[in-house]
Amino acid sequence: MDMPKVTIDGTEIEVPDGATVLQACELAGKEIPRFCYHERLSIAGNCRMCLVEVKPGPPKPQASCALPAANGQEIRTDSAMVKAAREGVMEFLLINHPLDCPICDQGGECDLQDQAMAYGRGGSRYHENKRAVTDKYMGPLIKTIMNRCIHCTRCVRFSEEVAGVDEIGALYRGEDMQITTYLERAARHELSANVIDLCPVGALTSRPYAYEARPWELRKTLSIDVSDAIGSNIRVDSRGREVLRVLPRINDDVNEEWISDKARYQVDGLTRRRLDRVWMRRDGQLQPAGWDEAFAAIAAADAGSSIAAVAGDLVDCETMLAAKRLLAALGSTLLESRQTGLAYPVGNLAAVNFNSTLAGIEEADAVLIVGSHVRWEAPLLNVRLRKAVQRGARVFLIGPQWETTYPAEFLGEEAGLLHALPGHVAQAMQDAARPAIIVGPGGLAAGALHPALALGEAWTVTREGWSGFNVVHAAAARMGALMLGFAQPGGIADLANASPKVLISLGADEMDYGRFGGALKVYIGHHGDKGAAAADIVLPGSAYTEKDGTYVNLEGRVQVADRAVFAPGDAREDWTILRALADALGVEVGFDSFDALRAAMIAEVPALGTEGLADYGPLPPADGSVRAEGRIAYPVRDFYLTNPIARASVVMQRCSAELVHGEDLAEAAE
Amino acid sequence: MAARNPAPDTPELRARWGSFAWTESNAAKAREIVARYPEGRQRSAVMPLLDLAQRQVGAETQTQGWLPIPVIEFVARELAMPVIRVLEVASFYTMYNLAPVGRFHVQVCGTTPCMLRGSDDILAACYRRGMRKGHTTPDGMWTLTEVECMGNCASAPMVQINDGNYEDLTPERLDAVLDALARGESPKEGTQQPGRHTVEPLGGPTTLTAMVHANHDYRGEWRGDSR
Repeated sequence: MDMPKVTIDGTEIEVPDGATVLQACELAGKEIPRFCYHERLSIAGNCRMCLVEVKPGPPKPQASCALPAANGQEIRTDSAMVKAAREGVMEFLLINHPLDCPICDQGGECDLQDQAMAYGRGGSRYHENKRAVTDKYMGPLIKTIMNRCIHCTRCVRFSEEVAGVDEIGALYRGEDMQITTYLERAARHELSANVIDLCPVGALTSRPYAYEARPWELRKTLSIDVSDAIGSNIRVDSRGREVLRVLPRINDDVNEEWISDKARYQVDGLTRRRLDRVWMRRDGQLQPAGWDEAFAAIAAADAGSSIAAVAGDLVDCETMLAAKRLLAALGSTLLESRQTGLAYPVGNLAAVNFNSTLAGIEEADAVLIVGSHVRWEAPLLNVRLRKAVQRGARVFLIGPQWETTYPAEFLGEEAGLLHALPGHVAQAMQDAARPAIIVGPGGLAAGALHPALALGEAWTVTREGWSGFNVVHAAAARMGALMLGFAQPGGIADLANASPKVLISLGADEMDYGRFGGALKVYIGHHGDKGAAAADIVLPGSAYTEKDGTYVNLEGRVQVADRAVFAPGDAREDWTILRALADALGVEVGFDSFDALRAAMIAEVPALGTEGLADYGPLPPADGSVRAEGRIAYPVRDFYLTNPIARASVVMQRCSAELVHGEDLAEAAE
Repeated sequence: MAARNPAPDTPELRARWGSFAWTESNAAKAREIVARYPEGRQRSAVMPLLDLAQRQVGAETQTQGWLPIPVIEFVARELAMPVIRVLEVASFYTMYNLAPVGRFHVQVCGTTPCMLRGSDDILAACYRRGMRKGHTTPDGMWTLTEVECMGNCASAPMVQINDGNYEDLTPERLDAVLDALARGESPKEGTQQPGRHTVEPLGGPTTLTAMVHANHDYRGEWRGDSR
């Protein structure tokens, strides 16, 4: 079909078929003001701010967001009619909007404020009383000042269309319309706070960030989220030494425009329970110490090559490479990152990668999920799966039930089901044009990797133009760690069996330290969590906002984060601690600066030097002798408390108490 | 229109209405209503089902009926739709009562034609009988609401009481209707003007008078026909 040709303000332009007039104007470089229109939501057409003049058509301004661009249209965005229309709409919107910009958290980044300046009249002609609306409770994250609401319904459309949880609605009508959650219950899903970004005014603002700062005071740093393995692109807003908030950056391949509530709100944990000095265990108790003392004690352990390192879930690739170099210099290769004891084979990383890619999984038309609580392990992957279902995909799950946001069929909790799938499931997967298998941490623990690979071979999930075999990880550091060789054939048990004299823990807070009773446990990390409590020596390191670093997400996407703030107190960037430790132990590690370290990392794993998807080659052949067995269990027990930063966060604790455990209590009471 | 808040979601409300289910005859009606809509579009039945539920509540409480939160949730379950969407519908349309009403819901039209024809007197007559806007009388008989145009402008002023319209009112005629209702009678609906049947002109037709008894061709009588 031909591309329609339209004339915009006298310039002729070809636009894609199916584009709206608003999109055509944007292609022509014209700014169209809007409130209700949003690229990722359905078209509502209720704010009327995007009015333009279109010929042929009725002799009145038309809402460009809902009008298809058609061949031969003459569109004007600069006529007197358009100017008058915009002024009129703006005047109506401001009738009931309070003039409280000076005390409004949206001030400075408010669409209404900006557009009133750009398109509104200079003053007000309205002298009557303004409408008053009671504020609504929407949970611990969303603060509401409903007087400011302009009824754009973006939040309603987000919760219905993207989150898939119908809980926000517009009650009453006309001037009395009010946005609320059902019975003012807390918004109960993992992406709820995205409505704060979507709200074009200050009606929905961030409760934890209320009255904290003005946008122009903040230093913006581009970073990568570590709260899950999605690798969401984020912007860290900081003032002085404190991170005040995290906002999503747009990356259509990864997080689109959203981030999870945990990624957004765990940052208040960065100032709590911090390790800001060196601690050493004396007489069974951790006591303050100095760096020299600590290094001397490690040297005195005289470990030689009897040293092991465990990487935590949040560490960057550079830190892991520094630790690997240190161990190599001492003659050890005892590296592991799978703290919870997983021991899946990692000879071929394609087998443990999300090969469909996050954007690609939307194209799948039949999906079998084995042991993954997708909403809690990778909330943004769940958004993609919902889109796939909306396009007609069927989803089958093996594992305990959880609340999906799309129609899906739970087949049972036994991993052994993989060897005896119901006929209709096998048939659906067999018949699918783009079948996908997703194995989660629960599936990996039940030994489902090779049975799933075998099914993938049977269904040819990898075919021309489609790669359908996927593994979901829950730890941001996992893929990078595997690329750097932080894996033993037998998992962490191999490390325990080697009984190392020294165990270096790079922020490992989920592992069982009891298995390393004889080792001198050196914890390099940033929070006083389980790892620090078990350690003999605590060396204070940096959190993800306090260091440059490279991260690899679950689809093998290499991404680089920048440092936003400095670590508190005596804490240092992790690699400098390992470098100093090398000196104390009298070995050479071959880097003296971060640049040299990064160069060494790229020399060792070249894929880490290029941002973008790493190529892991073809899938390995399935080992048909491996049987999946046992009841699948999900490792994530509480979405809001999965890492030491989140556990230290007051906001996340409140979310956990109210949204996860409050529900249990309420159900028990009924 | 005043803001209409749903009755608070209290344990007492849950206890009273939590087990709401269709009566046998209403269950059959509900099935018939849902079947009117194409497969996959059952949600379209939300408005008639809300009405049916309100009527059933009315039958159980001897009132016009209203929609307690548990009943709204019941309708949502019946149609497998999110309850917030049902509440959106119920709160949008003023004919769904979100709070308890009395035996008779007196809805006085106060829009311009009725106002010009004396709706203020009608309201005053209601006030004299102890009704207050937005309230139910202590005996549970009368709930008074002022509403916008009901489309009976040719026989203004009017009130709607439950399912019946009473038109061409004066305070005396309204009192007669209300007294009859209070006695348990069913007063004649429609116009209360003696000699008037529907909304025909009082005192006989004023136009097309030649056509009252037989068809009549007016075309020959047109003057100044420019064609």
